Formats: sequence, C-alpha cells, structure tokens
Amino acid sequence: MSTSTVSASAAPLPSPAEPSPHRRGGVPWTLVLRLAAILAGVVVVLIPVYVLLVTSLKGPGDASAARAWALPREWSFENWAQAWQALSPSIWRSVQMVVPATVISAVLGCMNGFVLSRWRFPGADIVFTLILFGMFLPYQAVMIPLMQMLLGAGVPNGIPSLILLHVVFGIPITTLIFRNYFESVPHELIESATMDGAGMLRTFWSIALPLAIPGFVVVLIWQFTNAWNDFLFAVFFSSPANGPVTLALNNLANGALLANYGVSMAGALLASLPTLLVYILLSKYFLSGLMQGSVKG
Amino acid sequence: MILPSILLIGIFVYGLLGVNFWTSMTDNHSAAQASGREPVAFVGLTNYLDLLLTEDFRHSLANLVLFTAAFLVGAMAIGFVWAWLLERPLPGGRLFQTVYLFPMAVSFVASGVVWRWLLNSNQGENASGLNRLFQMVGLDFLQNPWWNNITFGILAIALPAIWQLSGYVMALFLAGFRGVPDELREAARMDGASEWQVYRMVIFPQLTPVLMSAIVIIAHMSLKSFDLIMSISSASAYQTKVPAVDMFLFKSGFDYANSAAVGAFLLIIIAFLIVPYLVQQHRSRTR
Repeated sequence: MSTSTVSASAAPLPSPAEPSPHRRGGVPWTLVLRLAAILAGVVVVLIPVYVLLVTSLKGPGDASAARAWALPREWSFENWAQAWQALSPSIWRSVQMVVPATVISAVLGCMNGFVLSRWRFPGADIVFTLILFGMFLPYQAVMIPLMQMLLGAGVPNGIPSLILLHVVFGIPITTLIFRNYFESVPHELIESATMDGAGMLRTFWSIALPLAIPGFVVVLIWQFTNAWNDFLFAVFFSSPANGPVTLALNNLANGALLANYGVSMAGALLASLPTLLVYILLSKYFLSGLMQGSVKG
Repeated sequence: MILPSILLIGIFVYGLLGVNFWTSMTDNHSAAQASGREPVAFVGLTNYLDLLLTEDFRHSLANLVLFTAAFLVGAMAIGFVWAWLLERPLPGGRLFQTVYLFPMAVSFVASGVVWRWLLNSNQGENASGLNRLFQMVGLDFLQNPWWNNITFGILAIALPAIWQLSGYVMALFLAGFRGVPDELREAARMDGASEWQVYRMVIFPQLTPVLMSAIVIIAHMSLKSFDLIMSISSASAYQTKVPAVDMFLFKSGFDYANSAAVGAFLLIIIAFLIVPYLVQQHRSRTR
C-alpha cells in the first residue's frame, strides 16, 4: 500500500525530481534496496573493464595466474606500445572506411526518409517494409553471391568493398531513422514550401536537409558504431593486411605467436576508444537513436 | 530520389538472395567449380538434406537453440529489471543508464578478448579469469570448463552476449515505460491501486509491443551471431559451432554450395521470426 503522491508532475524519466512515494518514516528502504540492486549491476557490468585495464597495464613479470585479479606490481605501458604498433595501420584504415560509409549511407537514408514520409505514392508502405527487411537480413544468406559479384565487378578487396557494403546495408536502418524523424517534424514546415511551388528536390535541399540535422547526429553515431565494430564483412572481404581494426585485433588476439593477454587487452581498449568516445560524448543521442531504430518501427 | 536506394536494395538484398538460393541447390563443392573452371549442376534440395543428416550440422543447430534461449532469457530478464529499477527518478539515474548501456558501443571482437580470459577453462593452480575469482571468494564448486564443455559450452558464450545487450534491452524498456501516460498511473493510484498493482494492471500490459520488438531484435542477433563466437573460441572449435560459423568454414573450403545452403537455413529461420513482425508493423502503420 502506498500513500498517494500529490505531485502529478509529468517528470521526464531521467530527472530526479519526484520523491519516492514509498517514503514512510525515516529511512526510505525501497530506495536503499533499489540503489543496492543498481550498484550490484554496475559492479558486474564493470568487471570486464577492470580486467582489461589492469591486465593491459601489467609488465611481463606480472602475468601469473595467481595474480590474475591483482593490480599490477609495477605499472607498465609496454603492452600499449606493442598494441599500438600492431594496430595503428588498421585503425587508420578503419577511419578511411567508416567516414565515407557513414556519410553516404546517411545522405541516402535522409533522402529515403524524406520521400517516404512526405510523398504518399501508391505502395510506399510496401517499399518501406521491403527496405526494412534488409535490417534483419542475415548477411550470411547473401555472402557467397556477394563475393562472386564483387570479385566479378573488380571491386578491390579491403577498404573499398567494405565501404560499398556498409553503404548498401546501412540503407535500411538510416531510412528507418530518418523516416521516423521526418514523421515527427511538423508537416506545415515542409508543406508551406511545396505550396510556394518548390519541387521535391528543391524542398529537400533547402528545407528538409537543414531540418534533419538532429536526425543526422543519431544516424551518424549509429552508422559509425556499426561500421567500426563490424567483423563479418571484414573477415569475408579483407585480410589482416588490408582490413579494418576489428580484423587486425582478432588476428592479434588469436595469433599463434603470442597468446599475450596484456597486449591483446591493450589492443581491445585501443580499438574500442573511438566508439566509446562517441558514446560518452553523445550518449543522449545514442539512446534516442536506439529507440528510434527499433521501438517505433 | 529513392530510386538509387531501391535499386541497391533490390540488387544486393533480393537479387543476391535469389542467386544464393540457386547456388545452394547446385553441386558447387570445389575450388575448381567456385572459380568457374569446372561446370556446376543443379541438384535440388540435396545439400539441405545432407546437411540436416550430418551429426556435425545438427550439433550446430542444437548450439544455436541453446545459445538463443540463454541469450534471449538472460538479456530480457536483466534488461527488464534494470529498466524497472531505473524507471522512476533517482539521483544519478542518468549515469547508471550510461554505464549499463556502454558495452553496446564496444565491438564483439574487443569484448571477446576479455571474455576469452574470463572464461578461461583452467582450474586449480592455473585458474585465471572467473574460475580464479570463484576460488578467491570460496565458491570453488562453481569452477567449470566454460566453453570447452562439448554439449553446453555454448552457454558460456551467451554470458558475454547477455553482458553486451542487456543494456540495449533496458533502453528499449525505458522507452516503453516512458510511453505510458502519467495520467494513467495517476488515475490508477486515485482508484486506490497499490504501487505494485499500478505496475501489474496498468504499466506492464502497455509494454507488450516493446517486449515483442526486443525479442525480435535480440533473437535475430542471436541467430546470426558470429563475431563473439569466433573471437572467444576458434573457428574450428566443435563445442561452440553454430551455423554462422559453419557457413564461414564451408566458404573457406571453397564449398560454396553448402556455404550458401547454411546461409539459406539462417534466412529461413530468421524469416519465421521477422516476416510476421514486419507484417504486423506494416499493418499498424497503414491503419
């Protein structure tokens, strides 16, 4: 049983404005329990981070199983130096791949989203649903003909083919996000331009594109993360010598030469820094991107 | 304006799916055939039947079922509980959300590096990773060979998958909670419903669409899981094989027909899940 709360304020979720309705007497026990449960979850989530950091900073003499969970005896950046040496060329290649792939698929998605939400041509919803299916396509089911096709068309293996693939297979999700975005923009803003006799392309360039900047932020984060983290296409369409960082990292970590966890873990952290940075700086948009990408549909 | 995208999707998704089905029904099993030096012939559904009849592929399918069940139940339960804990305002709530969600930003390959260490199968003196942690806190009986167990090893790989995606499920449920109008809650409270009753009678039923979305997304990710398995165990590890790994192995052996057939299997399984979902979404849009 609870005492009814007077505050009917429609507090948006993240703001800690509303007091707990369970406050009876001194200690708000439900709040304490809730916090304890949340903190327990935080600890579990962060355990792998602790392991990564600690192991990557250990010197070679610290690697014994008995001290697996202990802090380093002496802090050493040797692992990081080695990981950087092994991964830096592939990190650069990942950048060269992700930037064009992200930008092009965002622009295509923006055009699609604009058209699909504004121009109700017959069958528009079917087209949209057919495009959406691409989001759930198991890429394994097109991989063999894809290889034969790109090989036949002479698209060079490595970064060029990966850019092409991330653009093509990014279209479904970017279309979805932009379509949902344009649905949420007041119709009048765009329709007034059409009234004044501007054509579709004109309206797109001068009205829709500037309006869509928040949508672009979400899509860019999403596509950047997806392309940067991809491994499946990387393993089929590149080799460690000409591929992105995920492939090089996997090669480093599973290399027969060194089963050196310190170096692999430093490498894993290095390879994750760009997406983590994007996530930390833009986590608000990241969250809304996730939601737009799935809940509304 | 959308013509380029329609063409690209038409060719790369639907066109290639068609070609893949064709390849999967040929006898293209050798490097010479893959490169076109020897002819290939149409053999119908032979490859599919052969695959289903091999013990090896059935093991992959069984692994897939186990993995999906564990991943789905784990991520749903944890994600839901986290969302519930964080749904009401809380000091620092935003920060906790950020922490819970961050593993999603990391690639499976990178998280595989640390989980390979955590799930190290050594025990006793040589134990590291989780086995060592269990020793340290006196829970020795929990020590186990993790992914090296032949039948249930795949369940160990579901742990990192759950670790990575629970935050995502949480985000989906948070969006769902947020979508329940405050007036509904207030009205229920006015009618004398207890806090628990408000959840059970008012809020939870409203979360059904979110639950469906979350299940579809996680299940479909699970079915095509590849990165995590490849980076924790090795490609040739029988214990943790799933169809996506088989597909890669067949391709590496220039057995394009079987590789395509495994891909087609995945598509068929996923289609059972996705097509009803897309149709329902399509209906709700046009309604």
